[in-house]
Amino acid sequence: MKNRYVTMAASYLAGLVFSLGLAVSGMTDPARVVGFLDVAGNWDPTLMFVLGGAVVTTFIGYRWVLKQPAPLLAGRFQLPSKQDLDAKLLGGAALFGVGWGLSGYCPGPAIASLGGVSLPLLAMLATMVLGWWIAKRVV
Amino acid sequence: MELTSSLQGLLGGVLIGISAVWLMASLGRVAGISGIVGTLITQRPRGDSAWRLAFLVGLVSGPLVLMLMGGGLGNVANQPGEVIGEPIGGVPLMLAAGLLVGLGTGLSSGCTSGHGVCGLARLSPRSMAATLTFLVAALFTVYFVRHVFGGGA
Repeated sequence: MKNRYVTMAASYLAGLVFSLGLAVSGMTDPARVVGFLDVAGNWDPTLMFVLGGAVVTTFIGYRWVLKQPAPLLAGRFQLPSKQDLDAKLLGGAALFGVGWGLSGYCPGPAIASLGGVSLPLLAMLATMVLGWWIAKRVV
Repeated sequence: MELTSSLQGLLGGVLIGISAVWLMASLGRVAGISGIVGTLITQRPRGDSAWRLAFLVGLVSGPLVLMLMGGGLGNVANQPGEVIGEPIGGVPLMLAAGLLVGLGTGLSSGCTSGHGVCGLARLSPRSMAATLTFLVAALFTVYFVRHVFGGGA
């Protein structure tokens, strides 16, 4: 099962580079994130550069990658297939936005910040998992 | 100082993009954190969990690596050398925020990374609508908290 370990190493590398990006850009600092969202206050533009850099890089990279017949370590590309703009999508996104604005954490930075663990962060991670669970099972 | 912060933001953003492109090129997967980790925890899909766990371990280790290197590359506001900033709220606020973030990203099948980065890069209409919605909701939330109720946090 050599391929299994290669796959896990590739995935670990993706997670590592992702969180290096979050940390280098300052997204592991909720004050910076809320500073960006506070357009009526002392606005912090950093997140605009983070999102811009990430989207443009991914856009260019995906153009090339998705022209290939298959990924290096898997049988096929698994892209989301849903098309409808329904209430679940928009209502869910709105709830997420409120939570993001209250805390300054979206899921990536919240998890990546585990290395600087604190009680409020653990509280948030616990209810975030609960929220995922409710979204899957109940709704 | 502001220029340095912006440049670090750009550099970090490019790293996030490289990670997303690499995950698509190697495993054929979208680098959406709520999807990768949420599915791992709530469903533990057989034969489809190992890579999610490996990604999760990687996601926690990046900031730790920077901290071990001395923290010089962190970008915490007004605290040079810090890699991970303090939460801005206490436990009750964070409990509520976590539930909203979990429920919201679960219902809309994506967060800032899945919809905001990978979805926008694929020009997905669903992701564009979701990103616009959570961004506007977050802007209004911060406006109300800081300028209407004057929490000051």
